[in-house]
Amino acid sequence: MSIEVLHLSKHFGTFTALHDVNLQVNSGELLALLGPSGSGKTTLLRVIAGLETADSGQVLFHGEDATDQHVRERQVGFVFQHYALFRNMTIFENVAFGLRVRPKKFRPSHAEIRDRVMALLHLVQLDWLADRYPHQLSGGQRQRIALARALAVEPKVLLLDEPFGALDAKVRKELRSWLRRLHDDMHITSVFVTHDQEEALEVADRVVVMNEGRIEQIGTPDEVYEQPASPFVYEFLGHVNLFHSRLHRGHAWIGDIAVAAPEHAEAEERSAIAYVRPHEIEVERVQTGGAAMAALVVHILSIGPIVRLELVRKNDEDITPIQVEISKERFRELQLTKGDEVFIKPRRLDLFPNQYEEASKSTRL
Amino acid sequence: MTAMTFPLPAGTRIQRATQEPAWVRWFLIGLALVFLTLFLFIPLVSVFYEAFKKGVDVYLASITDPDALSAIKLTLTVAAIAVPLNLVFGIAAAWAIAKFEFRGKNLLITLIDLPFSVSPVVSGLIYVLVFGLQGWFGPWLAEHDMKIIFAVPGIVLATVFVTVPFIARELIPLMQAQGTEEEEAAVVLGTSGWQTFYKVTLPNIKWGLLYGAILCNARAMGEFGAVSVVSGHIRGSTNTMPLHVEILYNEYNFAAAFAVASLLALLALVTLVLKTLVELRIKQQDTPRGSE
Repeated sequence: MSIEVLHLSKHFGTFTALHDVNLQVNSGELLALLGPSGSGKTTLLRVIAGLETADSGQVLFHGEDATDQHVRERQVGFVFQHYALFRNMTIFENVAFGLRVRPKKFRPSHAEIRDRVMALLHLVQLDWLADRYPHQLSGGQRQRIALARALAVEPKVLLLDEPFGALDAKVRKELRSWLRRLHDDMHITSVFVTHDQEEALEVADRVVVMNEGRIEQIGTPDEVYEQPASPFVYEFLGHVNLFHSRLHRGHAWIGDIAVAAPEHAEAEERSAIAYVRPHEIEVERVQTGGAAMAALVVHILSIGPIVRLELVRKNDEDITPIQVEISKERFRELQLTKGDEVFIKPRRLDLFPNQYEEASKSTRL
Repeated sequence: MTAMTFPLPAGTRIQRATQEPAWVRWFLIGLALVFLTLFLFIPLVSVFYEAFKKGVDVYLASITDPDALSAIKLTLTVAAIAVPLNLVFGIAAAWAIAKFEFRGKNLLITLIDLPFSVSPVVSGLIYVLVFGLQGWFGPWLAEHDMKIIFAVPGIVLATVFVTVPFIARELIPLMQAQGTEEEEAAVVLGTSGWQTFYKVTLPNIKWGLLYGAILCNARAMGEFGAVSVVSGHIRGSTNTMPLHVEILYNEYNFAAAFAVASLLALLALVTLVLKTLVELRIKQQDTPRGSE
């Protein structure tokens, strides 16, 4: 079932949680709402679920207006960050709850409920915990039970509010790939909220990046990572280096080096911000001609297969270190030590002229 | 990286670092014990000692005296009305305060605390001023031949007022700590408001509720000040147990006074035992149970 969100706005006192948000969730897709805290992502999810009422705007389920529908009639499955399992019920009763509270007419028989619950517990691989109580389970197990409970009522859409936010790093990684596989099997339209960009990029079909109650960009994980639509998206998704530059006749000047920027050829002299990802900077021992900046290695940090370098540009008042990531092999080739002089060259940069309502253009070197 | 280990001194050494010298500890413990003995234990023992001073027969005669029986009956009746009323009110108020945001919430919290901050005598006086013969509704009530002040309804009203905070105060922090997520989860799964309450909310607060009810009951039975103002002290009719004790005492009928008082003291002890048991249950509920 598809979900459509039209012109949603929501205020909490003077705080604007949602500002005229429009969104289309396609049937069967897994969509991530990604943003920092306070960006409105959880509010949006709760408005879709019906747990929160918007000040204005509409929510459509499968083309039908659900704005005034009560939560209990929306047939959504909701998974909470802190699981919200019923602490006084066994795991079995938790999962059975949604079926047991149905009016007699629609309530499955005892045997049917038992079969369905056990099948779901089997699906989340926790059927051996049926008689336990929530507090006897680990966080990861509880969240899987919460998911089974939400799925028990056969919801039309599944909404997950920071489902892995309260779990430790290892369990979080396991669970999110498990969720991805589960979704591939069931194809239930799902929306999940996260502030973890890695999680969003890894799990979702499409990512919605939110900031201050607005949607900054909607796209596939590759699109939002490779072609960020705004400086915010750039800075939010992964590490990034920021250079102040001047645009002049098709070139971007960073300090005293020029980088070709043909899409800005017609632009008159103006300042712009250039973004470069740490892994898109080339490091050389010697100046190989062309545009390269001289810099000093101030810090070397080895993280698994990659080495992160912190560099400071020579002859520059800007002391924010430049982050560069190179492979371990490249690092060995270069034989770098602290204090060495290197020459760096951005392989690719994105320019955002100062009035950034102008569409951004990506520049390949 | 080289791992460094610092040999830890024996556990007692660490403990000593945070302890006061022995004489300070024993002095403070002793002080507390003397205080408790003088002001709590001896009075409690003396109640029972005085009650049985003239023998078991006198004791039994004192508590089976028609006036005493009537006082016991009235006290039980008042508690039987006041506690359920406050149970309903306490749950409703705590539910509203803990689970919803609304204007005037702080005012409601303050109002719930009012009976604690106002002298019980004033609480009783309020009802005399409102329902008494010279009060606002007095003439109208007299016309319709209804008696509130110096009658059982007045006693019930005063008791309900004085015991309002117990259950609500117990439940508000509990419900606030539990948050609204479980209720939200239930509603998403399709429960009605009533189902959400008795399937999710009520089981989560039942021990806190019982705890509040026990305290509320103890106060309802033991209330003196407010009830004294509205009761009129009519023997065999509007005397509750605490009022009966006072009358007997004022008549120098010490044995009987202490006999009835011993019943109230007994109630207090039973309340304490129940309270401790419930506290134990609450603790157990919060810590993991073994697998069953």
